Amino acid sequence: MKQTSRIISTYSADTMGVCSALFELGGMTIMHDASGCNSTYTTHDEPRWYSMDSMVYISALTEMEAIMGDDEKLLGDIEDAVRELHPKFVAIAGTPIPTMTGFDFEAVAAVAEQRTGVPCMGFATTGMNTYIHGASLAFEELAKRFVKDIDEENGDTGVTQNKLKVNILGLTPLDFSVNGQDTSIAAWLESENFEIVSHWAMGSSLDEIAMAGVADVNLVVSASGLRAARVLFERFGTPYAVGLPIGDELSGLLADLIKINAPKFKNASSFEESEISVHSGLFLGADADADSYKDGFVAVIGEGVASLSLASAIELECGIPAKVLCTTECPKDMLRECDVMTPDEEDVIAAVEGAAIIIADPLFKAVCSPEAKFISLPSEAFSGRLYRSEIPNLISDFEDFSKLIIL
Amino acid sequence: MLKRVNGTEKNIEIPRVRIADAEFPQPFKSGLEYASPARGTWNIVHTGMLIPEAHEIFVCASCCLRGVVLTAAEMGAQDRFSTVAVREHNLLDGDMEELVIEGVSDIINKLPERPPAVLVYTSCVHHFTGVDLDMIYATLRERFPDIDFTDCYMNPIMRKSGMTPDQLMRSRLYMLLHERELNPKAVAIIGSDLPTDKDSDLVHMLERADVKVHEITSCKTYAEYQEMAESSVYISYYPDAAPGGEMLAERLGGRHFALKYSYDYSEIDETFAELAKELGIPPRKQEEIDDLKEHCESELAETLALIADTEIAIDYTYSPRPLGLAAMLLIHGFNVKRVYLDAVSAGDKAAFEFLQKKYPDLELLPTVHAGMRFANSLSNRAGKVLAIGQKAAYFENTNHFVNVVEGGGMLGYEAVYKTARLMREAFEREQNMPELVGIKGLGCESGCCSGV
Repeated sequence: MKQTSRIISTYSADTMGVCSALFELGGMTIMHDASGCNSTYTTHDEPRWYSMDSMVYISALTEMEAIMGDDEKLLGDIEDAVRELHPKFVAIAGTPIPTMTGFDFEAVAAVAEQRTGVPCMGFATTGMNTYIHGASLAFEELAKRFVKDIDEENGDTGVTQNKLKVNILGLTPLDFSVNGQDTSIAAWLESENFEIVSHWAMGSSLDEIAMAGVADVNLVVSASGLRAARVLFERFGTPYAVGLPIGDELSGLLADLIKINAPKFKNASSFEESEISVHSGLFLGADADADSYKDGFVAVIGEGVASLSLASAIELECGIPAKVLCTTECPKDMLRECDVMTPDEEDVIAAVEGAAIIIADPLFKAVCSPEAKFISLPSEAFSGRLYRSEIPNLISDFEDFSKLIIL
Repeated sequence: MLKRVNGTEKNIEIPRVRIADAEFPQPFKSGLEYASPARGTWNIVHTGMLIPEAHEIFVCASCCLRGVVLTAAEMGAQDRFSTVAVREHNLLDGDMEELVIEGVSDIINKLPERPPAVLVYTSCVHHFTGVDLDMIYATLRERFPDIDFTDCYMNPIMRKSGMTPDQLMRSRLYMLLHERELNPKAVAIIGSDLPTDKDSDLVHMLERADVKVHEITSCKTYAEYQEMAESSVYISYYPDAAPGGEMLAERLGGRHFALKYSYDYSEIDETFAELAKELGIPPRKQEEIDDLKEHCESELAETLALIADTEIAIDYTYSPRPLGLAAMLLIHGFNVKRVYLDAVSAGDKAAFEFLQKKYPDLELLPTVHAGMRFANSLSNRAGKVLAIGQKAAYFENTNHFVNVVEGGGMLGYEAVYKTARLMREAFEREQNMPELVGIKGLGCESGCCSGV
């Protein structure tokens, strides 16, 4: 039966995705909920909780406030907290009960902004989607509200001439942990002679993100960056590429495709037309030939962009067909025909049937056939802090990782 | 030290109030709430796992499932834990009953072995959609007659309406007991997550009177758990366990006795004398009481000699009576400066009033107030601070702390002299506070709830 999990874990939810996306930007994020989400987020979803003093709170909603529609209590609490703690912005993220009571996030955020004089954003998350959805909404709103228009004053950021300027979109520890993968992506871009404008949102300030409009191209490193990429395309005509620089071959192709196509795809006719990597055939996929899977294949379970990139790197460098089992939200047209998208345990069991090698978070192992070789690839978004110390840096250490992938 | 991310130069004040100026029972205004990294107290997953061989099934939205599923994973108890995810369409389709019944059934049918008991946890959304829980459980019991089902709840939105989630969970632990003939020489100690110390006043008293003692923390099998039903008296000492004791008495026919949790010698004597009367066993002799008092005084004196005027901070996760503990230590000359709590319990009211009069400068600080986010990073006291409890340790940013939660199974005079001993150990030994306080369900990892 769908929706049941006998033994596997649960992905971090959209509410937490909002918190994670905005964590480093100096704001205050409020989960509109009774209790529990806050401690879950800080314990399992947020490795930076112990090293940065970002403000993430819960509204402590009660039964009577929910039934009576007492939004004034929340508004008053926000006013008090803003007065005492001076955040740069306020974000309010939803959970199941506000969803049920029809809480108007946008309206409450607008009133809060009027009263506090601080930018306020409302996110109608439900707590029933994955973190990708929530982080997407947060990044999208940043792109709409905080990225400055380009004018003569800020059009020239002083970056080196003849270098393409890049924003990295979709960085959160839920996908990249805190083991240096974010800085490895940046280092790879710099080694390829790109100039980085902003990292959304690990390692950049709100002021740096505000300059994102000057970029020539956006690199979307997880599905959570796609909505922001769309807004930046609509506002600035910026094209985008999807993918992670995993392994030498895929990384080289990705860099070349961006260099060749970014200037050409600027101000494309539609957002879809401005996509560089997927439509340029960066990601392979053995779907054209069903026999490709006859002698065994690799199943990669996880977030869409990371899994797609890893599967392609495996195909390019190990010569083994690899298909993706995307367990979080991801645009269907980004995945290949051979790939599957589902959050449900029974679908996961079916999809990995026949795989010779399964690469996934350790908490998936219980539903994988013992016949398959299981290669652990922990994800903060799935197993939280449980295997944090074992998360590899696939950007810098793919060569070592690939040695495990032998049929 | 936490890195500043908002770059504000404006001052942030840590909320605090002199006890003389504090209001009972809520010293602080409610508002946005913060969650400190101190995670040692037990949650409803840990507590439910105390029932041997039972399987837990949570039916909730994924944001609610996330914390509990990873609690089970960190306990290594994934094989005793399953989930049914509530999705948006379920709220619209009105099929919530069907989702619970079919989801739970599906999981039971997939389990490698049939569990003797299943704890089904429903959540806030079920409450708000008016789900017919009676029908759900009746159907499940009919479908699986060999399994005992009980209703458990993860509905924190109800925390200020009736029983708290903690009280509710502690009461659910005993709902699976089947009625049987009562044994007048058997009692059950109920409602404590942690096993009552063998050295505690209570266990000594019961053993000496040849009373058979049941406690869920020592049950290894479901059959052994069921033997608790023979108890003629249910003794609770953790305040949140009392409603469960009342429910047990009503359902199984025994009597409930709520032993007072106290650090006050006369209150300890009084409550234990009342218990002896209730059980029909001889009260403690004055000679024994005098020996215990002398032992407490000796341990406290030795501790005071060692730690002298070192500042002490206490929090409510160490003991259900943090103000009672503060009063006892202040009376004995210790330099207790701060107590971290969000509300004063009814049991601590007398200590609150005593402290207001005798130690008016004692400071109370909240633990969930939004401003407490900065307490750790702004804590830069010059001297050593000894913390009693995990939250106090985190807020005071000290590695010298007594790492115990929920009373630690201590009781009576033993809670006094053992606390004094633990304070000495904490003073002399530096610990890795950030690492230790982050462990969920302190005491659970020792195996007391990791199953069969």
